Amino acid sequence: MSKVLEGLYYSESHEYVRIDGQYGYVGITDYAQNALGNVVYVDMPDVDDDVEAGAEFGAVESVKAASDLNSPVSGTVVEVNEALADQPELLNADAYANWIIKVELSNPDELNDLMDAAAYEAFCANH
Amino acid sequence: MENKRTCLYDKHVALGALISPFGGFDMPIQYSSIIDEHNAVRQHCGVFDVSHMGEVSVKGRDAERYVNHIFTNDITDAPTGQIYYGMMCYPDGGTVDDLLVYKMGHDDFFLVINAANIDKDWEWMQSHAQGFDIDLRNLSDHYGQLAIQGPESESVMAEVLGIDGSDLTFYHAKTIEHEGENIIVSRTGYTGEDGFEIYASHDYIRRQWDRLIDTGRCKPCGLGCRDTLRFEVGLPLYGDELSADISPVMAGLSMFCKLDKPEFIGKEALVEQKTNGVARRIVGIELADRAIPRHGYDVLADGKKVGEVTTGYNSISTGKSVCMALVDTEYARLGTALEIQIRKKTFKGVVVKKRFYEKHYKK
Repeated sequence: MSKVLEGLYYSESHEYVRIDGQYGYVGITDYAQNALGNVVYVDMPDVDDDVEAGAEFGAVESVKAASDLNSPVSGTVVEVNEALADQPELLNADAYANWIIKVELSNPDELNDLMDAAAYEAFCANH
Repeated sequence: MENKRTCLYDKHVALGALISPFGGFDMPIQYSSIIDEHNAVRQHCGVFDVSHMGEVSVKGRDAERYVNHIFTNDITDAPTGQIYYGMMCYPDGGTVDDLLVYKMGHDDFFLVINAANIDKDWEWMQSHAQGFDIDLRNLSDHYGQLAIQGPESESVMAEVLGIDGSDLTFYHAKTIEHEGENIIVSRTGYTGEDGFEIYASHDYIRRQWDRLIDTGRCKPCGLGCRDTLRFEVGLPLYGDELSADISPVMAGLSMFCKLDKPEFIGKEALVEQKTNGVARRIVGIELADRAIPRHGYDVLADGKKVGEVTTGYNSISTGKSVCMALVDTEYARLGTALEIQIRKKTFKGVVVKKRFYEKHYKK
């Protein structure tokens, strides 16, 4: 059973965002890392890149395949998790502790379009 | 059309395997993790269900002449028990399939073909059988097949299955009676490690699979690591490095095409390619970055497309991001600087040998 954390916002493409003031930490969910298997590469945007809710901002690659990363929120990338460049397997170890990008939110209202923990848990059960 | 299932399908499901379609079969891709399974084969021992592979028997007075007609390698006067790797080619040199030919006895050959190509190959073989006094049989539905691979495979064969493989050298086979059945055992595989393959009835294969798994001596391994293992040692996969458009000469497999044989289908075209050169070749490319080149990604030189990736991974055994690619011949020289387009970015690479990791066969 995949782990779902309270207090995060979830997308249907299995990314989460953890809100801290005007910033959001975006990563993939435990369900996603489990479905991917061994993560061997994370393709991350550059700092200052703009991301858009629902749009692709990078990719996470398992041994076999590349999967797009879609941002759950719009804004500007203020930090990327450099640790993932050398240790992509951190996503398998703990997907929630290892966010991928930190975004300065441009439209916090978008959070209303995302799922809470209970809704995401139900969503995973049906997919 | 519904995918076929091998005789071990229910066992894969029970082990919790991730199942995906491959070559017309629902096959296990991984049980636990591709990396763990890959490393088990490199370091210890793994077992693969390769029952999806096709088997064709050629017997009769003209068996040798017929196999030589459809096969690029030369099996003339082959010793019994010897195995040959090679291709079947179209008249234009394109590849129908790559296969193993086992010399089982006088006028008796056993051909092992790719699952995805069974129907096509069978049709091809039948259509070129006129004028040969042979008995050609497609036994693909009869045989199950296990591949036991890794440095511990000889002892696993002996201790778990009670099969002595120590008398078999690389690319040799024997038929033995075991548990009341005639089975074929060969020292072959598709991993770059020492290993064995067993061809037998479905019941037999199911029984031995259980033993191998229950004793814990062998890790169940899926097709995911089968691909990473074969790729690292530069072995081609039909559909990636060989195809109707990619001849053995283009794939760098000329050593398996005996162009001095009196005749075989495709000989004239391959001789022409060998003599005048080919427009494109399969090469190895190593990237400086960890980004992973995948099948179909563009290979660039000075911003211009000069080829496509055929297989690529972040190599599990070496940690390097490497690929095989089909590139224009002028860019195929070792050391040539190329780039690979990976999503929105391009990554620098250099042409290297296709063997990214050394084979460890027991010769």
